[in-house]
Amino acid sequence: MNMMPADLRAVYALLLREIKIYFREKERIISILVSPLLFLFVMGRGLSGHSPIAGINYQQFIFPGILCMVILFTAITYGLYIIWDKRLDFLKEVLAAPISRGTLFFGKSLGGMVGAVMESLILLVIGAIFVLPLGPAKILTAFILSVPFSFIMANIGLSIVARMNSMEGFGLVMSFLTWPMFIFGGALFDLSKAGPWLRLAAYLDPFAYCVDLMRWVMFGWGAFPLTLDLTAVVFFCLVSAAWGVFSFGSLQQTR
Amino acid sequence: MSRLLTLSAIETNGLAKQFGKIMAVDRIDLTVSKGEVFALLGPNGAGKTTFINMLCTLIKPTGGWARVAGHDIVHESLAVRKNIGIVFQEPSLDDLLTARENLCLHCMLYGVPQPETGARIERMLAIVGLDARADDLVRTYSGGMRRRLEIARGLIHTPRILFLDEPTLGLDPASRQAVWSYIQELKAAAKTTIVLTTHYMEEADRLSDRVAIIANGRIKEIGTCEELKNKVGGDMVILKGRIEPEAFAGLDFVKETLREQSGLRLTVREAPRHLKTILDRCPQVEEVRVRRVTLDDVFLKFTGSPMPGENSG
Repeated sequence: MNMMPADLRAVYALLLREIKIYFREKERIISILVSPLLFLFVMGRGLSGHSPIAGINYQQFIFPGILCMVILFTAITYGLYIIWDKRLDFLKEVLAAPISRGTLFFGKSLGGMVGAVMESLILLVIGAIFVLPLGPAKILTAFILSVPFSFIMANIGLSIVARMNSMEGFGLVMSFLTWPMFIFGGALFDLSKAGPWLRLAAYLDPFAYCVDLMRWVMFGWGAFPLTLDLTAVVFFCLVSAAWGVFSFGSLQQTR
Repeated sequence: MSRLLTLSAIETNGLAKQFGKIMAVDRIDLTVSKGEVFALLGPNGAGKTTFINMLCTLIKPTGGWARVAGHDIVHESLAVRKNIGIVFQEPSLDDLLTARENLCLHCMLYGVPQPETGARIERMLAIVGLDARADDLVRTYSGGMRRRLEIARGLIHTPRILFLDEPTLGLDPASRQAVWSYIQELKAAAKTTIVLTTHYMEEADRLSDRVAIIANGRIKEIGTCEELKNKVGGDMVILKGRIEPEAFAGLDFVKETLREQSGLRLTVREAPRHLKTILDRCPQVEEVRVRRVTLDDVFLKFTGSPMPGENSG
């Protein structure tokens, strides 16, 4: 697919829409942060679980995972919101526009990325103040990493939703994809001490590499080798984008 | 570009769409000339919207082909989309944006040159009378205002062909009048080809150059409003009272007799001239009404009507 200036302008238009709507829906900005904050402050303190790193308590240990959780949930939920667009026929306007499905996909994907990056930035600041003191370099690196992480998760959400037509599927995706990705990703425990089956599940889970990479940044420690994490993130960026372009290619107006 | 000057705006050949076992659109052949206002008239579920959606490249046909603005709807869908404007049956505005933002987004998606965008938006908002509310969220708009905004949006990129799917569905009479007069202006001034679907006969009669009557996915009848009315046969004479159809046997100007609840309905050529002859045949008549055929009559005749005794499949 070759991107013409017109396509870039269309991508920018779609992105602009998401940014405007994002800042208009202030309740959503807050509500998305509720469950990660509960995990971080209630479970993190209450469970007082085991931390494999010396000098780091359990609450601090799960902080990188919770940061990635915000990205996972925001981006996938965003993708699923397109079902609403489909139902409300708003999507028709975009589907009928003279832009390719690939352009549409990247516009939507970048839009989802912005929301997820913003949410993770808020949590990053909260965490850096109350949970884990981080230097500017670590905060900046964590922030930069949230961009490809959000891209992967938004792509996954959008690719799935391209094949769905009803809101009932929303619950299914949340219970069968989002939550398992979060649980198996090792956000709340140490994967290096997990059993072989759990490890196998984690190896298949893109979220696990995001969490692990975030731990490398914050603690200089990870359950997987750093190079594996980096390779996996690049790999999942490419694969999820290709999947998204493919799924959007066959997107038709239903009903 | 030069090729467009010589081609008709829309050309379909055996265009068909099958959903499972149901033929929503059953091999439609149609040619619409440039600058023409063409109405697709049919009951709900006749296949009008499916037909339009195929022409707008929103769904792919399962048979036949079509060219819109000279481009194939399957293989050149982007080129088709650049040349058309669509006003959908269901509202498709972005509720969370203002009217101005909706139009601006649309201009960016349709590649309207940036320096022109602002002026065009102002002009369109003024035409549809929304300039005072331009910066309010569409969420706060009434049904009529939304419709007007959608029409403005469908036109702002100056399409060659405009598709209007039930443009006045659910509008109050005043808003409907406003939309109609706007479409008429558009036809006169911009020479835009307009394809509209409707199930209001009055709408087709007021706006269109030609009408196609669609039922069960097929075109039953096509022609100008006058031609279609003449096909039904001229005038209607409605007689009230106990009258038998046999009374009019042998009169060549009576094209059709139809029993109604309280009497008889005749389709008559040049009714005013023959009225005396008709009345002589039925002295027991209680009440007589004569009227011109409307598109309603045409519609009922050709779509397999709800009226008893008539049928055309």
